[in-house]
Amino acid sequence: MALSEPAPHPAQEQIRPTDSAGASDTAARAVALRAPLRPAVRVPVSVPAAPGTAELTGPVFGTADVGPLDHDLTRQHRGEPVGERIVVAGRVTDRRGRPVRGQLVELWQANAAGRYAHPLDRHPAPLDPHFTGAGRCLTGDDGRYRFVTIRPGAYPLGGSNDAWRAAHLHFSLFGTAFTQRLVTQMYFPGDPLLPDDLIRNAVGAPAARDRLVSALDRTLGEPGRSLGYRWDIVLDGPAATWTEGDR
Amino acid sequence: MLLPPTPSQTIGPYYGTALPFPGGGDAAPAGHPAAVTLHGHVRDGEGAPVPDGLLEFWQAGPDGSLTGAPGSLRRDGETFTGWARVPTDRDGHYVLRTLLPGGAPYLALCVHARGLDRHLFTRVYVAEPPGDALLAALPADRRATLLARREAGRRNAYRFDVTLQGDGETVFLDWSAGD
Repeated sequence: MALSEPAPHPAQEQIRPTDSAGASDTAARAVALRAPLRPAVRVPVSVPAAPGTAELTGPVFGTADVGPLDHDLTRQHRGEPVGERIVVAGRVTDRRGRPVRGQLVELWQANAAGRYAHPLDRHPAPLDPHFTGAGRCLTGDDGRYRFVTIRPGAYPLGGSNDAWRAAHLHFSLFGTAFTQRLVTQMYFPGDPLLPDDLIRNAVGAPAARDRLVSALDRTLGEPGRSLGYRWDIVLDGPAATWTEGDR
Repeated sequence: MLLPPTPSQTIGPYYGTALPFPGGGDAAPAGHPAAVTLHGHVRDGEGAPVPDGLLEFWQAGPDGSLTGAPGSLRRDGETFTGWARVPTDRDGHYVLRTLLPGGAPYLALCVHARGLDRHLFTRVYVAEPPGDALLAALPADRRATLLARREAGRRNAYRFDVTLQGDGETVFLDWSAGD
């Protein structure tokens, strides 16, 4: 199925639309009641790893999973979406800098007006009939990924303090081990909303926060058509340290 | 010297147009005689259902193989890929149809939900293997949170609930590489 015709997600049909105050309450409840209270348990796996430890391997993806145009969010509909066209590209590596090859990268985002094509989003900004805001691609042999899309708009979180999200792209990534799984968000350099973005600031260390911000890279854009932003991604997890060299 | 990892950020409420896909929970090939159903609820710290969770399962094939296969996102009804992705419904319920893993008898599970800064890893044991290092290291009440129950009166059905917080909190696993 093409990404331009997303299957209805159960959440879309089953969660009642709420006004913005209700949405804010829902978010606050999720933050308060979903995080575990107990520390996560370190799995007693020795190096070399116990054979059969499923988490040290992971799912594989291929051309059966990703179509040739799935990386281009501006070409999923009959017309072009409104907004500033951009290319977002970079390399996915493990913590030793080795490329993560042939793995799935997924992207979702708001449209240029700051509205998601999702029934839960009640922000009164226009939907764009030519923009769904979802894409996927596979990394190359050098770990590189590339998306063509439009720059998303900022949007309000809906609380009483009128907090706004800085423009951001949601990313989902897989490594060679299940434990390298990463879901995160990418931001744009120089965005004046960055210092006050509550989600980005959930990352404690300022240096780590800065790693969520892409860099303008004029070599990545298409001349006369789009600007390019570079964002390299480093996956954590035991596959970063448990290597053939250790075995 | 290790590179610093890219930080995790919450999945948020709007992933529904991007991540779920048709047949995501149908890991077992269509009509496979050994297919089993694994299902349960995801609940928050007050016992309320989590209606916008996303569960990802990774497991060995029936032969114990952990190589997996491409094609999960566009299932052909024939290939066992070892990977599944299932959203919870309004009642916080999920259903996975799969084949039991050979080798170590568990499915690796990754739980995503808004409100979490980072996804959570756990394991679904479909049997209690002797000498399992993780289970052996846990007190009995904690160990029980990782064990799927066979459902009485149903053939090939297992139940596994996830409690994110509080009483009966599921054991979650730390796989970070450290600094």
